[in-house]
Amino acid sequence: MTGFETEFTPLMSLAGGVLIGASAVLLMFLQGRVMGATGILSGLVTGTAPGDKGWRAAMVAGMIAGPLLVLAVTGQMPAVDVPVSWPMIAVGGFIVGIGVTYGSGCTSGHGVCGNARLSPRSMVATLTFMITCGITVYVIRHVMGG
Amino acid sequence: MRLLSAFIVGLIFGVGIAISGMINPAKVLNFFDIAGTWDPSLIFVMGGALVTTFIGYRFVLRRDKPAIEERFQLPTARDIDARLVGGSAVFGIGWGIAGFCPGAAVPALGSGKVEVVGFVAALLVGLWAARLVQAKQAGRKAMA
Repeated sequence: MTGFETEFTPLMSLAGGVLIGASAVLLMFLQGRVMGATGILSGLVTGTAPGDKGWRAAMVAGMIAGPLLVLAVTGQMPAVDVPVSWPMIAVGGFIVGIGVTYGSGCTSGHGVCGNARLSPRSMVATLTFMITCGITVYVIRHVMGG
Repeated sequence: MRLLSAFIVGLIFGVGIAISGMINPAKVLNFFDIAGTWDPSLIFVMGGALVTTFIGYRFVLRRDKPAIEERFQLPTARDIDARLVGGSAVFGIGWGIAGFCPGAAVPALGSGKVEVVGFVAALLVGLWAARLVQAKQAGRKAMA
């Protein structure tokens, strides 16, 4: 399964990255928490302290509203192209769920917030998942597929 | 107040994910496909997010407490153990297979694409299953 070209977008990517960082800083300022998608989702899925689910649900709603706001302002929905098959979506999603639970975080929690706090755990986690992701993409696209 | 502020934080995050291109698995997978259709855009996403957070945290964490809670709740774990490395390794494999990480998939739900709904459903099942196993293991340890 080979990919197709996507446009190199340094400016929009940088601007988006700054917004992601701004949301993490704002959450720390308001609630004193790191912004991790894994933590926010698992708090919704599993039973946590009462009254703890409301703000998580509100944040997820805000996240989902993000691309809709972009659509409203620019008149165009950001592209979401999924170049993989349904079995890969299902297997990949399940594996990501297991991995981020045991690894205690993902690209947002470790990759952005943890690394910004200079946490050695997050640096090791980030390096690990970047490497295994790169190897996986290489194997799927250049060893198995083509 | 808590709900509104959480919604706004989520909205800023979602807009960032959307305009940065993180929302698009084709772009994410191309970032990792250096040997093929490479698209280096995600370096700029990570760079912009990291520098902003690094600088912002310096100022925020100097305060006595957050604006609407009593105290900061920072992660306290310090061990670099097999669980951290193994879990992260497994996450990377899943990310490479499907092209979505959790923080990108949730905003991508806004696109209304059925593939995203499928990914998030599978992700939640994985999260829930792993938590169940962890709870059972913790229970067994407590019994022993």
